[in-house]
Amino acid sequence: MDKTVAIELKGITKTFGEVIANNNVDLTAYRGEVLSILGENGSGKTTLMNMIAGIYFPDEGEIRIDGEIVSIRSPKDAFDHRIGMIHQHFKLVDVFSAADNILLGEKYKGFDVKEEKQRLLDAFAEENAAFEAYKPEEHTGILSYMFAPKFHDEKEIKRKLSAVPLKKFTNRMKFGWLSRGRAKSLQQIAKKYGFAIDLKKRIHDMSVSEKQTVEIIKVLYRNADILILDEPTAVLTPQEIDKLFGVLRKMREDGKCVIIITHKLNEVMEISDRVAVMRKGEHIATVNTADTNEQQLTEMMVGKKIELNINRTEPQEPTDRLVVEHVSAISREGVKILDDVCFEARSGEILGIAGIAGSGQRELLESIAGLQKLNGGDIWYFDPSNDNEKVDLRSKTPLQIRNLGVRLSFVPEDRLGMGLVGNMDLIDNMMLRSYRHTITLKPEDGEVKEAEDCEDKLDTKIKLKRGLTKLGRGIASGAVKIWSSVFLDRKSPKTLAETIVQDLEVVTPSTHTPVRRLSGGNVQKVLVGREIAAAPTVLMAAYPVRGLDINSSYTIYNLLNAQKEKGVAVIYVGEDLDVLIELCDRIMVICGGKVTGIVDGRTAQKEQLGLMMLGRVCETEPQETLKEGVGDDKD
Amino acid sequence: MLIMFLKNAIRLSATFLYGATGEIVIEKGGHLNLGIPGVMSIGAAAGCLTEYALVTSIGNSSPALLILLPLLVTILAGVLMGLLYCFLTVTLRANQNVVGLAMTTFGIGLAGYLVNNESDIYIIGSVGSVFNNMFNVPQDANGFVQVFFSHGILVYLAVIIAIAAQIVLSKTRLGLNLRAVGENPATADAAGINVTKYKYISTCVGCAISAIGGLFCIMDYMGGNWGDGYTLEGFGWLSLALVIFTMWRPSLAILGSIIFAGLYTFSNFAGIAAYQKDFVNILPYAVTIVILILTSIFDKKKKVQPPAALGVPYFREER
Repeated sequence: MDKTVAIELKGITKTFGEVIANNNVDLTAYRGEVLSILGENGSGKTTLMNMIAGIYFPDEGEIRIDGEIVSIRSPKDAFDHRIGMIHQHFKLVDVFSAADNILLGEKYKGFDVKEEKQRLLDAFAEENAAFEAYKPEEHTGILSYMFAPKFHDEKEIKRKLSAVPLKKFTNRMKFGWLSRGRAKSLQQIAKKYGFAIDLKKRIHDMSVSEKQTVEIIKVLYRNADILILDEPTAVLTPQEIDKLFGVLRKMREDGKCVIIITHKLNEVMEISDRVAVMRKGEHIATVNTADTNEQQLTEMMVGKKIELNINRTEPQEPTDRLVVEHVSAISREGVKILDDVCFEARSGEILGIAGIAGSGQRELLESIAGLQKLNGGDIWYFDPSNDNEKVDLRSKTPLQIRNLGVRLSFVPEDRLGMGLVGNMDLIDNMMLRSYRHTITLKPEDGEVKEAEDCEDKLDTKIKLKRGLTKLGRGIASGAVKIWSSVFLDRKSPKTLAETIVQDLEVVTPSTHTPVRRLSGGNVQKVLVGREIAAAPTVLMAAYPVRGLDINSSYTIYNLLNAQKEKGVAVIYVGEDLDVLIELCDRIMVICGGKVTGIVDGRTAQKEQLGLMMLGRVCETEPQETLKEGVGDDKD
Repeated sequence: MLIMFLKNAIRLSATFLYGATGEIVIEKGGHLNLGIPGVMSIGAAAGCLTEYALVTSIGNSSPALLILLPLLVTILAGVLMGLLYCFLTVTLRANQNVVGLAMTTFGIGLAGYLVNNESDIYIIGSVGSVFNNMFNVPQDANGFVQVFFSHGILVYLAVIIAIAAQIVLSKTRLGLNLRAVGENPATADAAGINVTKYKYISTCVGCAISAIGGLFCIMDYMGGNWGDGYTLEGFGWLSLALVIFTMWRPSLAILGSIIFAGLYTFSNFAGIAAYQKDFVNILPYAVTIVILILTSIFDKKKKVQPPAALGVPYFREER
């Protein structure tokens, strides 16, 4: 097949301070193909694409579009070269309607008076010619009158032509005005590409999938023919992903160049024609998808052979650790976000929670952690350190719940929004959890005991001396107590930070680097590592691998598994259904704040989970109904 | 009495309306300019000094010139203050609150120094009358005419500017783009909008509008009497409160400014003792706080919110 080059990168280098984000990258993308860019976190995929989209400007190297060297200094330049990028965090204004977001920043195309005059002259000449050639006798009755061409005399033409400059002005004004019917006119474009979406709706009220649709329409409206999608599937359900891939295939058929950044190997295999693998800012190789497999791609991506297996062990003597009964909650807006949720989390087991983003996962975990006000229901905790005594968590403060060993590690969409403070360094972030502990003096047990033993044998002089020493030590320890209650212990957080950096392979210049400077995946490792280090009895991890690359993801899965083997009740809220099925012992699906079912992780089917996420209740033995369900959905 | 009260309220309201409209235009672009009192003072000083120069050279022979030239200089002074503010907050990305407050202190101080330097500045009081009563409404005209048509040209200009600002902000692409810059500059940037340009222009235009408020206050409302300069500062702060009170809508600001002015001048007409006056004068601020409380309680769908990126500097390559 004959392919034309759409965009070509040569020797692109970009550095941020001391960090080299991209080093001498060459990349070519063709029209009419889907190119996947695959790489670990911090391998520079997004940075590279941002340079094409005009967010960053390369330090070195050249970008060629259709064979010509271009300089893309701003997103506006990118638009001019018909490049459109759909960012991982959608670039939409929340309070605007979808239509306004699409129209945003559109440039007036200009109005050439000379051209318009020529067009008018040609049109008049054509009509006059038609008038000359017109023979009324060929038509009958009233039709001959209706279809008769008109003759335009000199005067009329002159008048019309003189009105053209005014038309230039009115056109400009019309463009500058936001017409009432703007949503309607855009709706037609949406229809053309097969999107069903209400463009008058505010972004605020939209689901993630709808927002993505708006982004895509926005790019199409701007006539982009090079489309870059940064991890478009991260927050979609399997059904929505299928729909998106359908759209992408349609674009490929249209001869557009689609570049998609992703971590998910199965999606790479499914959608792309070629795969470009990046590692540590460098372009490793570009291969045809048909000639490769997942194992090979992983090796190229990581640079070494790695095991991509989650080692799921059988739960050891699971006992109920946390029982949630009929929990309901209402959000600030008055919407029911949790509706009669019942489940139990058992020790030595991983309970997965699946659901479309925003179905109440966050609120559920927060209610267990004592952060969400409940309207009904009970949450019981069985304290293993106290002979499994039943404790009512609802009567406890968040701090008391934490001290019981119930830990929440929530990785929100905005990674730095909750849990970590971006401007503080790693050590200080560790300290956020530990600053309440005071420094404990290790009493030198042996010495004291020995002293007491021989107390009697000593004469009074030495006794006095001992007594004074004791007093001195008492004062010293008192002073230390006061000291430690005023000043912070920085030593143990520092050790913890160093351990996490080492064990989880966090890429950071030092433990004194502000967390916001780290790449997203590394931020997450710090967050999850800190919560695990607290030796919890219940570990709630929400989206701990969101946006993480394969290698780091498996590090986290292994960490969770290790916790499970230690007898911790792990609750894992995840997005990737394949992983949920592989990792979890049981999977609970919620939809709109309601539990639609709890299934066994060992027998669960992806399609079944997908349907349950959309609200279909099917609890036991879903195999038969499942197939029908899928069939229905395709219709 | 009532007619006098309403007339006075509408007249004073123009000061607030200029200040608030200017600040709304600035805030819609994502900048919180606490320097409005300073901008108004500098604008007033520039205008008054021009007026002074005109009066000493040509006397009060040409009313049009006496209004237009000071107005032009005032606008220019406002733009200069806007440029200063933008250079610090947009280009150098300094903290907007600090820069704003510094501009207030700087503006009031410099304006006071410049004006008080001219020992016979009081002579501009002689042309104060050219500013008010543009329709020459007689004293004994009926109430309605007196309340609405006995004002100077700058009062009507304030209303026209406010309406124009509202239309531009809510009905045009220009306004849409500007609002996007204030809501989410990264998005606006990705959509191909020149964020820096929009911020500079909106801030300068806003400062120019606010500056006219200063000129109006001195030349029309105070009748060409500079006073101690602190009245103008107080009006500047009230304008900022008005922005919140009207929830970032210039059209509402027309009504809101009249309410504010009414509350402010209420004490002069209600026969209140001097020591109680200060207490009554806090009413506009109290009302603003009440409005803030009410909107936070009842605005469940978050329809009435300040621009999301208000006060946040924007840098494209920020990670």
